[in-house]
Formats: sequence, structure tokens, C-alpha cells
Amino acid sequence: MNAGVTPIKTAAETALAEAFAQARERLPGDDAVTAQRDVAFGVFARQGLPHRRVEEWKYTDLRALMREAKPLAAPPDAAAKAQAKSASALVGDVETRRLAFVDGAFVAELSDLKNLEQGLTVGSLAQALADGDPVLTAHLGKLAPSGDVAVALNTALMGDGAVIHIAAGATIERPLHLSFVASAKPAATFVRSLIVVERSARAMVIESHEGPPAADYQANAAIELFVGDQAHVDHVKLVGEGAEALHVSTLAAAIGARARFNSFSFVVGGAVVRNQLFLNFDGEATVAGIRSATLIKGRQHADTTLVANHIAAGCQSREVFKAVLDDEAHGVFQGRIIVRPHAQKTDAKMMTQALLLSERAEADNKPELEIFADDVQCGHGATAGALDDELKFYLMARGIPAAEAEALLIQAFLGEAIEGIEHAGLREALMDRVAAWLKARAS
Amino acid sequence: MALLEIKNLHVEIDGKEILKGLDLTVNAGEVHAIMGPNGSGKSTLAYVLAGKEDYTRTAGEVLFNGKNLFDMAPDERAAAGMFLAFQYPLEIPGVATMTFLRTALNAQRKKRGDAELSTPEFIKRVRDLAGKLGIDQDMLRRAVNVGFSGGEKKRNEILQMALLEPRLAVLDETDSGLDIDALKIVADGVNSLRSPQRSFVVITHYQRLLSYIVPDIVHVLSGGRIVKTGGKELALELEARGYAEYQEEAAA
Repeated sequence: MNAGVTPIKTAAETALAEAFAQARERLPGDDAVTAQRDVAFGVFARQGLPHRRVEEWKYTDLRALMREAKPLAAPPDAAAKAQAKSASALVGDVETRRLAFVDGAFVAELSDLKNLEQGLTVGSLAQALADGDPVLTAHLGKLAPSGDVAVALNTALMGDGAVIHIAAGATIERPLHLSFVASAKPAATFVRSLIVVERSARAMVIESHEGPPAADYQANAAIELFVGDQAHVDHVKLVGEGAEALHVSTLAAAIGARARFNSFSFVVGGAVVRNQLFLNFDGEATVAGIRSATLIKGRQHADTTLVANHIAAGCQSREVFKAVLDDEAHGVFQGRIIVRPHAQKTDAKMMTQALLLSERAEADNKPELEIFADDVQCGHGATAGALDDELKFYLMARGIPAAEAEALLIQAFLGEAIEGIEHAGLREALMDRVAAWLKARAS
Repeated sequence: MALLEIKNLHVEIDGKEILKGLDLTVNAGEVHAIMGPNGSGKSTLAYVLAGKEDYTRTAGEVLFNGKNLFDMAPDERAAAGMFLAFQYPLEIPGVATMTFLRTALNAQRKKRGDAELSTPEFIKRVRDLAGKLGIDQDMLRRAVNVGFSGGEKKRNEILQMALLEPRLAVLDETDSGLDIDALKIVADGVNSLRSPQRSFVVITHYQRLLSYIVPDIVHVLSGGRIVKTGGKELALELEARGYAEYQEEAAA
């Protein structure tokens, strides 16, 4: 009799193992990269898909939510590229330098690679892996938490992505736009990007994730971002995936001293979304603003999980997370601020607020503070509730119809987070997107 | 035809009866003052007219311009010309004052079949009115009532009233929390809107406001009913003698 416990693999876990076995040889990179992939896959093989008994994934039971694993996406054909041309509605009229990825593969002809600013280098991950790019070798996998299964799968199966380097002191005026577009095929993509912003440089990076409404694709995207001392980086993630899509994405950032760092996540699309942020404040006296706005309805599920790790002293971070949940939507926020023993004078404040527009909507908020230093200012707050009837009555008493009154209040609620975006054009584009969502809700 | 006709109105909240057979008729162009002790039902009357949901009407009717008021949602009442100046105006973080004013005005105009005002026209109108009420441009740029003092909030209510040009304005203790200068500004704002077509119901605890907004008719509300009606001299009488005799009468 066999006394050992044989873990029962789900169909999705089995399919992922098969996909890795088949793709392992043809995925880009030298032997060292393949070894890195093997190690990462081993993490997944041991843990399986995370489920509700894994604390970090308690509210997003990926094992239950991911019934099957889609096959790895094939390189995009002409039709897929043509379709991707018109995408990226989320950024509105904002003038960006677009780097296009269709079904997880870099598409040069849809990208704007002309007249790169002084100090800016951009390329594709597939190419950098094939070339053995030293910047890539020095940084890849150094930041993303290797024990996280979503990251492990990304590392094991990464096919393409962006590799961006910004030289010390360079100011890149035009926002860089990593535009990830899925075509109509039910496929899985694993994109991995690396962004290195050297000392005193300035840049804005927008990543958008979009796809057609009826396609049940699976997207796993990860970015490793290095922010040098005194650099100023604005990061914006726009999740506008199709209504059937499963989206798991990770930002892992290391932020240097006296830097400014802002990250904003906007989640409006996707059937299941897990948005992970792992931030290390490695240098002193950095100022950071981490915000998000989530707008979901139907049976959408959106999870934002943040770990802000204050390692160095004197940093200030402000975290504001807002979610509007309609119908049977399920919003999750898990935010952990860790203050390490040397991170004295840390000033960290986190607020998470959920607005429930329906009695069947659900919000789970889990803010946590872990403080190992003794001279810090840290706080967190969490609220979940319905629209304020008194405010609604006040607006209606002035002649504003109920639906419009609610829309005004919802816009005001999210506006508090969206106003944290420094780029005025993008701020407006997102407020327009919120207005469109509210209009669709009212009709 | 009376602009507002309240007949035998009974209203309760959480099972407790507040208005117990209230009758009141307001004709076009009249200014009525409603005075009364605390807890007599003054604010309840104001909220019921504006359409607040928490109240239940158990008997009686209210006709506004000949139409059943209870058939109309609060926004429909506003578009039909009802305006309530709140005793405690609410703060609405994130909603800019100008956006709020424009949304309200255009919603009402749309419902009445009028064209929306152009942006320059709207801005000019708000600025002119704000200037008269001593509301500076900085206040208009802020979120609705956020960071406003008590007096500023009350002036903002009057600004809304002046912009929306209602048929009937109900002022719920608009004088509370105002110093004498602010009181005069508010009263001037109200007086400048008086016209043969427009009526006012001024709810107040004290006579003071009525020295500046001189009413045509004064009512005493006590125990959920109008217990006495008279001319403007009644307000002075109440100031001198208090409400004690009316409270006994209501209790009897």
C-alpha cells in the first residue's frame, strides 16, 4: 500500500505541466534562462494553483476560478494584428509611445520605435533573451517574489515582453505605453517586462491590457521595475480585459533613495482579475503614492493585493484604493505595509474603500500593518458601504434625477483616487471611462 | 388657485406621528413664516415637501400648483419649482460646486423642456449671483460645501435658490448659525427674489430673521398642527411671550 499522499492535480494544473514540458525547449533564452524557468516551474509543481487555504489567495481561489488552462498563444496572424491596431481605448487621446504586444508577442509594425529620446532604449524580451542582453541578465527575476505561484508561472513560461532602459538623468516626456492586446483566440499568454530607470531619470509607464468581450483567454503579465535614486517614475496599469478573461498581473518594484514613485491601477474589465503589487522602498526619503480604482459589475471578480515593504528610513507612502461594486461583483483588497527595523520615520497611510451598489455585491478588505521600527507614523482604514442616501437626496432636491445623482457621487468617490494621477490627459481619459461605465449602468 | 395647499396632513417617522393634521395654504407671491418650539414638526414639514424618503404619510394631501405632490420624486418636485434651503447643507467631497450647480440647473431646464445654458452664459450668471451674496470665486472652485463655514453653507443655499429660480422656496432655519452681517446678506438675497409669482415659507425659531424678511402671514406650528395664524405682528408677540401657551394648547 502506498502510504504517501499523492496530490490530486486539477485539469488546469495538468495542462500547465504539459504546456511547460512541450514549450520548454522552444521558449527563448540560453541554458541559464532555461534553468531559471525550471526552478520557477518547480515552485508551481510543488504548490499547485493557489487556493483559499493559501492566506495570500484566500479570497481569490485560483484553483477553483481557473477551470482549465488554455494552450499557449500562437504568434499573432495578420487578422489578430489588424484587430489590435484599433485597440487601446483606455488611454484616450493621450499622446504616448506605444509598444504593442498581440497575444503576448511584440509586434514591431504596431509599435512606435522612431526617434527614441536620448537615453531611452526599448526592445522585446524575446530578442533580449535570444541575445543574452546584459541588462536583462543583471535584473531579470531579481525582484519578482519567486515563491508566488503567479510569478513562478510567469517566469517559467515567459515568451515576450518589453525591455526598457532609461539612462541616468534622462527625461522621457512622452509616456511609454505597453499595450497588451488579446485577439479572439482562447489562449494563454505569459508576458514579462523589465524596466530599469537609472538615477535622476524621469519617465511615465502605462501598461494596458485589453481584449475582445467574448474570448475566454488567460493573461499573466509581470513587470520588474527598478527606480534609481532621485528618479521620478509614474506607473499606470489599465485592466480593460474582455468580459470572459482571466487576468493575473504583477508589478514588482524596487525604489531607490529620494525618488518619487506613483502607481495607479484602474480595473474595469475581465471576469477574474488579480492585480499584485510588490514594492520595496530600498532607499531613504522617497515619496510614493499608490492608488487604484476598480469598477466592476455582473459576476466580475477583482483582487488587488499590495505589499509595501519599507526597508529604508524616512519614506512616505500614501495608499488609496477605491472599488465600486455592482450586481454580484466581488472586490478584494489585501494591503500589507511592512516597516523593517531600520525604516525609522516611515510615514505610511493606507485607505481602502468599497462602494456597494447592490445588496449582492461583496467586498473583502484586509489591510495589515507589520511594524518592526519604533519611530514611525502608520495608519490604515477600511470602509465598505452603500451610497449615502442623504447626499443623494440633497442632489435630487436640486432637480438632479436619481441615476444622475448616483453617477455624480460615484464619480466623486473614484475621483479621489484618480486625481492622484499627475498626467492631466490620462486623468480625463479615465474619468471619461468612468462616466461611460456609469452611463451603461443607467441604461 | 393656491400655489401650495396642504390639507389635514399626517406624517410619521419610525412609527411616531410628527405632523398631526396640518393645514396650510400659500398663494402665489406670499411670504409665510412658520414659527414654533423645538420638536413641533417644522423640519419634518420642510423635508416632506422636498420629498425625503424617511417619512410616511398616513393621511391628508398636498397639492403643489394643483398637482399631487406625492406623485412626484424629489427631482421632479424641484423641476416643478419646489426648493428647500437645508437647515444643515451637506458636504459633497469630490463634486465641484460649479459642476453641481450646472448639473442641477440643466436637469431642471431639460425636464421643463428648456434648452441648456451655454457654458459662458452659465458661468456669468453664477458669478453675478455669487458676487451679490458675497461668495468668492474660490468657494465656487471647491467641492460642494467642503471646508465652508456655517455661514458660507447658508449663503451657498441662497445662491442655489437664486440660480434655480423656484416657484416656492422653503427656508428651513436658514438663520441658524448666522451672524448679523450674514443674516442681512441672506435676507437681501431672499428679498431680491420676491415677486408676485414666487412664494416663500420661512421656517424659523426666532423672530430676528423676520425683521429682514418681512412675512405676509405668520403661523405657529406646535404639536404637529398649525395652532395660530396671524399677521407679522404675531412674530413679535411670540418673541415677547414665548411658545408656552401654544405648547399647552397642542398638548390638550
